[in-house]
Amino acid sequence: MGLFDRLKNGLSHTRKKVSASFRSVLRIGKKIDQDTINRLEDAMLTADFGPATTQKLVDVVRSGWKKGEIVEEQEVTDYLVRHIVAMWPESDRRIHFAESGPTVILVSGINGSGKTTSVAKLGHYFTNQGKHVILGACDTFRAAAVEQLSIWSERIGVQIVKHDQGADPGAVAYDACEAATARKADVLLIDTAGRLHTQDHLMRELGKIQRVVEKKIPGAPHEVLLVLDATIGQNAVNQARQFSEHVSVTGIFLAKLDGSAKGGIVVGIRDQLNVPVKFVGLGETPDDVEPFDPGTFIKAMFAD
Amino acid sequence: MFDALSERLNSVFRGLRGRGKITEENVSEVMREIRTALLEADVNLEVARAFCDEVQQKAIGAEVIKTLRPADMMVKIVHDELVRLMGPVDPKIPFISPGPTILLMAGLQGSGKTTTCGKMAKLLLARAKRPLMVAADLKRPAAIDQLEVIGQQVGTPVYTERDQQNAVKVCRNGIAQARKTDRDVVILDTAGRLAVDEEMMDEVARIATTTNPQQIYLVLDAMTGQDAVNTARVFNQRLELDGIILTKFDSDTRGGAALSVKHVTGKPIKFVGIGEKMEAIEEFYPDRIAGRILGMGDILTLVEQAQRQYDQEEAAKLEAKMASGKFALDDFLVQLRKMRQMGSMKDLIKKIPGMGDMMGDMDLDEGEIVRMEAAIQSMTPKEKANPKIVDASRRRRIARGAGCDPSDVSQLVKQFEPMRNMMKAMSGQSLPQRLKMGMQFSKAMAGGGLPRLKGSSTASRRSLSKKDRRKRRKR
Ligand SMILES: Nc1nc2c(ncn2[C@@H]2O[C@H](COP(=O)(O)OP(=O)(O)OP(=O)(O)O)[C@@H](O)[C@H]2O)c(=O)[nH]1
Ligand SMILES: [Mg+2]
Repeated sequence: MGLFDRLKNGLSHTRKKVSASFRSVLRIGKKIDQDTINRLEDAMLTADFGPATTQKLVDVVRSGWKKGEIVEEQEVTDYLVRHIVAMWPESDRRIHFAESGPTVILVSGINGSGKTTSVAKLGHYFTNQGKHVILGACDTFRAAAVEQLSIWSERIGVQIVKHDQGADPGAVAYDACEAATARKADVLLIDTAGRLHTQDHLMRELGKIQRVVEKKIPGAPHEVLLVLDATIGQNAVNQARQFSEHVSVTGIFLAKLDGSAKGGIVVGIRDQLNVPVKFVGLGETPDDVEPFDPGTFIKAMFAD
Repeated sequence: MFDALSERLNSVFRGLRGRGKITEENVSEVMREIRTALLEADVNLEVARAFCDEVQQKAIGAEVIKTLRPADMMVKIVHDELVRLMGPVDPKIPFISPGPTILLMAGLQGSGKTTTCGKMAKLLLARAKRPLMVAADLKRPAAIDQLEVIGQQVGTPVYTERDQQNAVKVCRNGIAQARKTDRDVVILDTAGRLAVDEEMMDEVARIATTTNPQQIYLVLDAMTGQDAVNTARVFNQRLELDGIILTKFDSDTRGGAALSVKHVTGKPIKFVGIGEKMEAIEEFYPDRIAGRILGMGDILTLVEQAQRQYDQEEAAKLEAKMASGKFALDDFLVQLRKMRQMGSMKDLIKKIPGMGDMMGDMDLDEGEIVRMEAAIQSMTPKEKANPKIVDASRRRRIARGAGCDPSDVSQLVKQFEPMRNMMKAMSGQSLPQRLKMGMQFSKAMAGGGLPRLKGSSTASRRSLSKKDRRKRRKR
């Protein structure tokens, strides 16, 4: 199955919902008027674009209409897609690899957002690219979190560095870096405990993990991914902002996009923060991951 | 929690504070801002719209109380609407005996089901129950281990079947185990699933039909967006939920899910999770939450006091009119409207000793009231003050204006006089005495028109719900 189809499938629900609502909003053969704009606004709001981003995009459509660039309702979709896709330059979405030694990817996020599964997915993804991957089990807090990642490491056939539950996550990170260097790993993926961005002491703990990694491997972490649950609403923006204050977030892993009825939050995040989406999760198996491609994504979202 | 929404609403109210009075124009302006505030808070668009319409109507229709600033009045209206949006809630768990009472936790992936199971067990232990948890999430790696660790933490046994593929069987066997080991509550932890995943939704529906839980909870992340309620709706369609448990309520969510889910599913939030510790769970009270959103307790008290004061003054005025026999159809209309606003009046009356029986299964006929209102509104002030002057030609005119039959008008007029006399007699009596007289009067009038009380459908409704309950038990 090609990428477009996979995305289309993963997003089939999103797509149905979005294009259904967009199709009922934008009718063939009808000229754009104020009512069109109002209906478009509602459709975007229910698609989780958020009021601020919705306002911006609605203004784009309105001015295109006023300038005569678009006249009929059926032209609106393409016009919008062009604008939204332009928000993600190519350079934005690339993974930064270490020039030499292991590339360290620190994975963070709130409780239950999908971190551990996403670590497994990325482990599988890089392994498939012929890279030597090691996992670091730095969630020593949640019950059976270490077991969960251990099971994944067996399933995808990669090594794991772990301590017992309750151990210092910084110490695990230290050992993981050491192991990655010693065993000449290409990629070290570090899973961390879920934490609310409002819990200051836990956020500081995350900062500490990053500093341990920085000290052990110069230039690391090369990527700090924030895993966001795609079903989340506008709070995702807060999360991205707060996590960025404690660790140097370089990108977003948008998990559970197979379940989100709408995908508008992606647009909202890109619009309001300078943090690009790098991967999307589209299911519960290690295969269900794709690098984020805005063109494909948006087109799949709007395709009939 | 809710801080951002509070701030937004407060600034809206501050803006209104400078205005002299609530007009249709400045209300709709305020409503637009409130709508945006709600949308920013992830309140479902549909819900935000319904909420604003309701508030706007109430604001425009509100009685003008001179001692109150319109902005304060508005705070109160929004507060009451918020409470109404999230309630009513009864978080009590209906324990059955002989047990075990069964609680089912369902929800999306990562919503916090397993942790919530542990919290629930802890809560039940504190209430002198002997819970058992069943690990029916066979999907996520190490989910069984997680529940076992939590079981140890809270001192509750966990039923597991390591090599089982069938979650329905695990649940059934877990319940049998509870019976054998004299456990009186069973908590079923199920796998996370997407509402769009037919196969998995079938599984949880089968668990529900097989185990017939007393409470089915949807565990929902407080931070979910517009989609949250759609998810809840689908779960509710498949499972007939009893309530929602909102998790991660200690985050800085603006509360969209909390505000939307009841309106959309009809099912209230019963508990909220407020931290990672096992005791971090609370019963949900809409008025407390509404209070926290608005954070204006002092204004609310002020408004309530003023309203009470106003009601007392109005009552005194009415009393005087009644005593002097000057009670006109106008006043009657006001009373009618008040009665319609107080939907719970019947329940109130029933609480008065001796009144319950008399009320029986009677109810005010809503349609009748509407017709009376229309007729009264079509009258001239003179006619309203002295209905006796309504003759055949006036009757026809009034009926035409009200869209009713001339005979309806004559009935209204005929029965107003005895009522006015009764009111005069009633004034000076104690409230229960007065109500008693009122009821007798109404009974005498029943079938004859004015405040017509008719046999209500309460009885049939009651038996229906009983049947419903039985049906549920059979499932
Ligand atoms: N449908 C779907 N489910 C996912 C996806 N990613 C993760 N999940 C599920 O979400 C649930 C939580 O995932 P985890 O990976 O354990 O999340 P986490 O962030 O590590 O959770 P904590 O460590 O407890 O904070 C699991 O049931 C996963 O199977 C996805 O892309 N799609
Ligand atoms: Mg995890």
